Amino acid sequence: MSLSVSLTHRRGDFALDAAFEGQGGVTALFGRSGAGKTTVVDAVAGLIRPDRAHIRVGDTVLTDTDTGRLLPPHRRRVGYVFQEARLFPHLTVKDNLLYGARFAAPGAARPLAEVVEMLGIGPLLDRRIGGLSGGEAQRVAIGRALLAAPRLLLLDEPLAALDAARKSEILPYLDRLRAAAAIPILYVSHDVSEIARIATDIVVLDAGRVIRAGPVADVLSDPAIVAATGVRGAGAMVTGRVTAQHDDGLTELAAAGGALFLPRVVAPIGAALRVRIAAQDVMIARRAPTDISALNILPARVLSVTEGAGPGALVQVQAGDATILARITQRSARALALAPGDAVHVFVKSVSVASGDIAPVPG
Amino acid sequence: MLGPEEWTVLALSLRVALVATLLSLPLGIAVAYLLARHRFAGKAIVNGVVHLPLVLPPVVTGYLLLLAFGPRGPLGQGLEALFGAGIAFRWTGAALAAGVMAFPLMVRAIRLSIEAVDPKLEQAAATLGASRVWVFLTVTLPLILPGVLAGAVLAFAKALGEFGATITFVSNIPGETQTLPLAIYSFLQIPGGEGAALRLVVIAVVVSMGALVMSEWLAARAARRVAGR
Repeated sequence: MSLSVSLTHRRGDFALDAAFEGQGGVTALFGRSGAGKTTVVDAVAGLIRPDRAHIRVGDTVLTDTDTGRLLPPHRRRVGYVFQEARLFPHLTVKDNLLYGARFAAPGAARPLAEVVEMLGIGPLLDRRIGGLSGGEAQRVAIGRALLAAPRLLLLDEPLAALDAARKSEILPYLDRLRAAAAIPILYVSHDVSEIARIATDIVVLDAGRVIRAGPVADVLSDPAIVAATGVRGAGAMVTGRVTAQHDDGLTELAAAGGALFLPRVVAPIGAALRVRIAAQDVMIARRAPTDISALNILPARVLSVTEGAGPGALVQVQAGDATILARITQRSARALALAPGDAVHVFVKSVSVASGDIAPVPG
Repeated sequence: MLGPEEWTVLALSLRVALVATLLSLPLGIAVAYLLARHRFAGKAIVNGVVHLPLVLPPVVTGYLLLLAFGPRGPLGQGLEALFGAGIAFRWTGAALAAGVMAFPLMVRAIRLSIEAVDPKLEQAAATLGASRVWVFLTVTLPLILPGVLAGAVLAFAKALGEFGATITFVSNIPGETQTLPLAIYSFLQIPGGEGAALRLVVIAVVVSMGALVMSEWLAARAARRVAGR
């Protein structure tokens, strides 16, 4: 089922003018805070009345200001997981989970047991809301939205209010959700590594406009979106297959035209993984370096060199079937005389790839 | 301990206060919801009218009721035509006077509890498929229920003690409109009535104190409930 959004909305100084399509799977809506992400999801959920909009999920038109169609929120069947879980404090976890089921068509909702199992919230069912941790509350909120039998799931920065430990606790559940939910998901985030992990497609919003949209691997390796990600967030995403689990704690991946060694990833041989490689963790050499500690040395070809406003430059290279970004200084770029078409070697320190940046490939 | 006359007074007072509270409760919730959750033209006026009995001399409120609901008042004649009986100088009139005087207290308590409910929860309920009515019944109302009860108890206590508007509107008729405070007043007017008056005073103190304690307890529960514990 596809999602199609086209929207203009003006409030005070802020003007939103965005249009994008999602082809099922997880479409990430990415941008800094204030880029207009929440306005988009609120319009999809029907919580705000946009100036002009056409919003469609599959064959169902949710909003069309041209014909005056504006379905009220309760008739949209759009599951919304808010940043702050928004659980009902007067109900138990179980009653929260079942809240939407009574409004769903008979038989349309998934069995409670299946959702509870997927999210690992079985032990919480009889608890009150006040005693839940942030991560637990967010998992219950996801379950509650799923059990209302939605045709589309909106997740508005579901991890933003959580600390790093809680985030890594909930990320595996999001992977399972993506695999199990047979409905399109619109995932809002300002965190590139979250998106690289979970999304199929990405829409980059900046100051109320879509500046880039497309498959995640293509968009994240485009130096032009660094304005939206910030230099620290810049980084490409590569996919590969596990080829070996070594005794010294490393996992070997066939990716990006070579072998990629990562700190142990629990996955069977042959499993497909996606790995985000932050641009600031990538170095470039003209010749294959010898006697160096970095394990991942990949032959590559320079695609472009983009000089930033500061001392940095972003070099986009093609390594095998993957596009990788390297953030180096302009001084280095000049010293190496990097130009499109040049053959180079890129290297990545194994230990700099965070475990949160490695995830199963969607689908 | 209490003579038949005093039992009549107590029973009548409880009946007047109970009817006044129960009948005004749905309207009180509706007005409180309107004031807490909606912006509309004339909101200040609605708010002012609701609170007027709190600041007007009770005798003025009673007189206005008499003008409207008295035998020659427009509403009074309407009721006469509809039911064949008016409410002036009857216990139903006493209940109306008590209800009007207690209304601002009730609305204030309920409004505060509605304002304590996060509208984001109501939004969340809507995205889960609940229509406005369902949202109110399954989210808003359960969360404000202790506040509603607290408001009702407060209104009941106020209705039980209403004097000025009642005596002005429905007079002081034993067995019909002579409620607790009116009876105390009457006993104090006759020589040797102090004993009976004192017994009624003790009853008034006990009932009012009980209502206040209950109201406090309910308010504390409301706070716990909204916090999800």
